[in-house]
Amino acid sequence: MIKDITIGQYLPGDSVVHRLDPRIKIILSTIYVIDLFLINSFLGYLYVAIFTALVILISKIPFKYIFKSLKPILWILIFTGVLNAFLTPGNVVAKVGPFSVTDKGLYLAAFMVIRIIFLIVGTSVLTLTTSPIALTDGIELLLNPFKKIGVPAHELAMMMTIALRFIPTLIDETDKIIKAQKARGADFESGNIINRAKNLIPILVPLFINSFRRADELALAMEARCYRGGEGRTRMKQFNINKNDYLALTVMLLFVVISILSRR
Amino acid sequence: MPIKIKNLTFKYMTGTPFEKTALDNVSLEINDGEFIGLIGHTGSGKSTLIQHLNGLLKPTSGEIYIDDVCITAKGVDLKKIRQLVGLVFQYPEHQLFEETVYKDVAYGPRNLGLDEKEIEERVKKALEVVGINYEKYKDKSPFDLSGGQKRRVAIAGVLAMQPKVLILDEPTAGLDPKGRDEILYNIKRLHEEYKITVILVSHSMDDVAELADRLIVMYKGKNILQGTPKEVFKNVETLEKIGLAVPQVKYLVNSLNRKGFNINEDIITVSEARDAILKILRGEEK
Repeated sequence: MIKDITIGQYLPGDSVVHRLDPRIKIILSTIYVIDLFLINSFLGYLYVAIFTALVILISKIPFKYIFKSLKPILWILIFTGVLNAFLTPGNVVAKVGPFSVTDKGLYLAAFMVIRIIFLIVGTSVLTLTTSPIALTDGIELLLNPFKKIGVPAHELAMMMTIALRFIPTLIDETDKIIKAQKARGADFESGNIINRAKNLIPILVPLFINSFRRADELALAMEARCYRGGEGRTRMKQFNINKNDYLALTVMLLFVVISILSRR
Repeated sequence: MPIKIKNLTFKYMTGTPFEKTALDNVSLEINDGEFIGLIGHTGSGKSTLIQHLNGLLKPTSGEIYIDDVCITAKGVDLKKIRQLVGLVFQYPEHQLFEETVYKDVAYGPRNLGLDEKEIEERVKKALEVVGINYEKYKDKSPFDLSGGQKRRVAIAGVLAMQPKVLILDEPTAGLDPKGRDEILYNIKRLHEEYKITVILVSHSMDDVAELADRLIVMYKGKNILQGTPKEVFKNVETLEKIGLAVPQVKYLVNSLNRKGFNINEDIITVSEARDAILKILRGEEK
């Protein structure tokens, strides 16, 4: 049950998209997101749709996974759509009780919903094709130039790596503790909200205690291997920007130009 | 409380690329009052199997009957099953959470909805069985105890539910020899005095040889061998091939025999070996 949660939701693969340099992928995703907000016509979004679909096809991610990533934001989508449709002033097209739907509202609602969908789909492609470790490495390298102005790039990346590394461990641990307390007759599925909150104590207390213990052990283990921060640290996997990365960047820029030309 | 397992199959994460068969058509019967040793290397399906026995996991296919009640059917009272089948997980001390030993052991009985007096009695008895002094420790924080004591308190937490079947997943892992012996002694006593059915998951061939009436060997989700320890430990090659071993004293007996002694090959425990060797030595002296 709890094991089904996929955070970071990386889907291992060997497509061109998977092999791109994570730095480039992060930059490309950022450009893509900015572009989404620059576009203001349906024709532009048609281009986006085609482009995104092509990227997904190349990355060989089953569309099922893309749709799965949209599921958690379904309510946000509905909410955004409805609010925009009702609350934008303009020519009234329909009335629901005291509320009225306007033409501009519908237009805006459609825009917003499409934007959010592509926002999620686009960033999902990034996380689905990039392992969390590569992603943090990429962020660290991208942040490196900002070290001079006091951004602790390495420390941030290390914290992210450790946090990501322990997500599955913590999920397993939670699963185990829930089962152990269930074996002692605990019931987490019924009762009112206060009782349910109370029932969490037997899970949370052991979880916290074990996490502190684990953090302590990890710190010791890192020190025992002479870890002392990012200064002068080399990395096992060197990233190289190669032909494919330049190609991807070019394609993306081309796409941005085309989509901006569609602006009205 | 006989347990019957029929064609049990369990798959993790069905329908995803990560699908994995953890149990593959396992059929078993466990009789009333038996002491079962469940052995197999890491990942062989032991832990998955025992989690089915109190309904924590639902099988992908197959059935489990406890006392002729099918616990894999829909709408069974899982709380009742979990009271009858007590499950002690690996490192159970990691699940302690209350402020005092008393409260922690009382958690199970309280979930069963018993009254205070009954709860107190059960806590007392459970702590007594695991050899923890009730008066001295009941108001202490479980986190102030030693590793072995913590584990015994955690086991008492399951015993306080007064199960008819007790399943323990590597109860001695990570303990010092003294703590290990105390736990095993407690388990043995429980089985002998209270006639509880015990299923002991263990990596120590010596322990299961000493304690179990019957061994069940798991390999890649299948139950590949079962029988009395003497029968099972005859299959030295098979056991070694699947990452297990036979009790150390059996290796001793084998090498003695290779050097020309004639000791019974059935020997699997230290005390049997001692007797047999002494007999030969004395016989030779005469």
